[in-house]
Amino acid sequence: MAKTIIPIGPYHPLQEEPEFFILTVEGEKVVDIDVHIGYNHRGIEKLSETKTFDQSTFVIERICGICSTSHPFAYTRAVEDIIPIEVPERAKYIRTIIAEGERIHSHLLWLGLAGHFLGYDTVFMWTWKLREEILDVMEILTGNRNNYAMFKPGGVRRDIKSEDIPVVIKKIDSIVPTLEMLKKAVIDDPVIHARTKGIGVLSKEDAINYCALGPTARASGVARDVRKNSPYGAYDKVEWDMIVTHNGDVFDKLVVRVLEVFESIKIIKNCFLNLPGGEIDANIKDIPPGEGIGHIEAPRGECFHYVRSDGTNRPVRHKVRAPTFMNLPTYKATVIGEDISDATIILAAIDPCYCCTERMTVCNTKRKKIYSGEDLIKLSREKTKILRNKMGVK
Amino acid sequence: MRREEVLCDLRKKFKDDIIEVLDKSPKRVYIEIKPESIIQVASYIFKDLKARFNTASGVDTRYHMEILYHFLIEDINLLISLRVKLQKPKLEIDSLSTIFEGANWIEREIHEILGINFKGHPDLRRLLLPDDWPDGVYPLRRDYKEWDKNAIRDRGV
Repeated sequence: MAKTIIPIGPYHPLQEEPEFFILTVEGEKVVDIDVHIGYNHRGIEKLSETKTFDQSTFVIERICGICSTSHPFAYTRAVEDIIPIEVPERAKYIRTIIAEGERIHSHLLWLGLAGHFLGYDTVFMWTWKLREEILDVMEILTGNRNNYAMFKPGGVRRDIKSEDIPVVIKKIDSIVPTLEMLKKAVIDDPVIHARTKGIGVLSKEDAINYCALGPTARASGVARDVRKNSPYGAYDKVEWDMIVTHNGDVFDKLVVRVLEVFESIKIIKNCFLNLPGGEIDANIKDIPPGEGIGHIEAPRGECFHYVRSDGTNRPVRHKVRAPTFMNLPTYKATVIGEDISDATIILAAIDPCYCCTERMTVCNTKRKKIYSGEDLIKLSREKTKILRNKMGVK
Repeated sequence: MRREEVLCDLRKKFKDDIIEVLDKSPKRVYIEIKPESIIQVASYIFKDLKARFNTASGVDTRYHMEILYHFLIEDINLLISLRVKLQKPKLEIDSLSTIFEGANWIEREIHEILGINFKGHPDLRRLLLPDDWPDGVYPLRRDYKEWDKNAIRDRGV
């Protein structure tokens, strides 16, 4: 049969970031794939060498809007590994809370996008509305919805006020019933089963061979989580479980992420419960010559930073390895032999890093009215009523 | 296997290949090895010790080009960094992507930003740099100079 080449990207409505996939198909079957990246290459490693250790924290926070905690977290741990120094207990707990908040909003964002890719926009609407609550929580804790600027080598920049804690816990508790509903709706849904079960299987051997990370590896039965394997922050002080499933298909990756959201909520609440008092900063003065490695579990897998210092106030070399760098090549192992219609969801299943900072409020300048979430729901219900009346449905 | 056993085992098995072992902290060990032994040592660590390959990082120092291959043994929480020093100007080393697929992209990246040739790599095309980037210009080398007169890269930083 004749081979056809189908290009996806570099700019494609399905992808929020530029990546270029060249799919070779025979009829409906994908027989080969080539991935071109580099459209987003900004030379941040090079840029970081021209900044001081403190300034670098802000530069690398801007690597990604969604993982804006993971990169500073790994980087500060690398700098602390050079000295070496332990950060104060309270700072460890605050770091853990921020990192888990980020995991919840990142996983919810992915779940919404996955629903959108499957043509199931109800999931998309629900999860992104839930995500708003978490972003509000982050705004209460840090002052920002993304790019929290909380981390610095040696500790954190801002303390959590004790009067904020009950508000935050109440807000987090309020999303749990909807999440439970969503979990049942997604995991038991026959449409999602039909589209994701047995699709894009990454075998355990391939996961090890490609050095896959995070939910991508855990869905294939590889119990790999930096939070458990080499604990940092407060992860060894609070109770939580690592979610591992064994089929390796898109459905299992979805299940891992949905269940991890519940674990993250557990971790955050435990951290608030046991939050110790004391200092939040170890006050690092000088960074001696040497090299350090920091790695943490980002929402998508391990985020790895290597920093070398020569005793001046700037790093000599700063290597950044984001989790998608290891996960994207697994696309080659999962997509070949599948249908072209499944290619997009298989790609989405590894959760390549998307960037988004949208807000809910819609401004109507003509009528000078700002719609809230409740108003939009009311409007949508009215519209449905009108449509039902028109069609004669009761 | 415990941490001490792993290190002892490595020292015994590769006593001719290891140049220096730097036991930095309970979680980090840096082992400098000869460049020609990278395949044996790396495949032993990856296959027999069941380590995970994190990534590799290339550093241009004054006298030589360094590559650090980072491996994490997850059960005992030990991060082993294999250090190789390549003498300038002969920058060549065996590719690890023949042992495991995870090294494929990072070697492509090091190849284009530092100009190190990985022997036996199946596909050393460019990964990150644009197509109009000139050949033989490596952005992370110490002697890198801005080649594009119209670039805004170096202005006002």
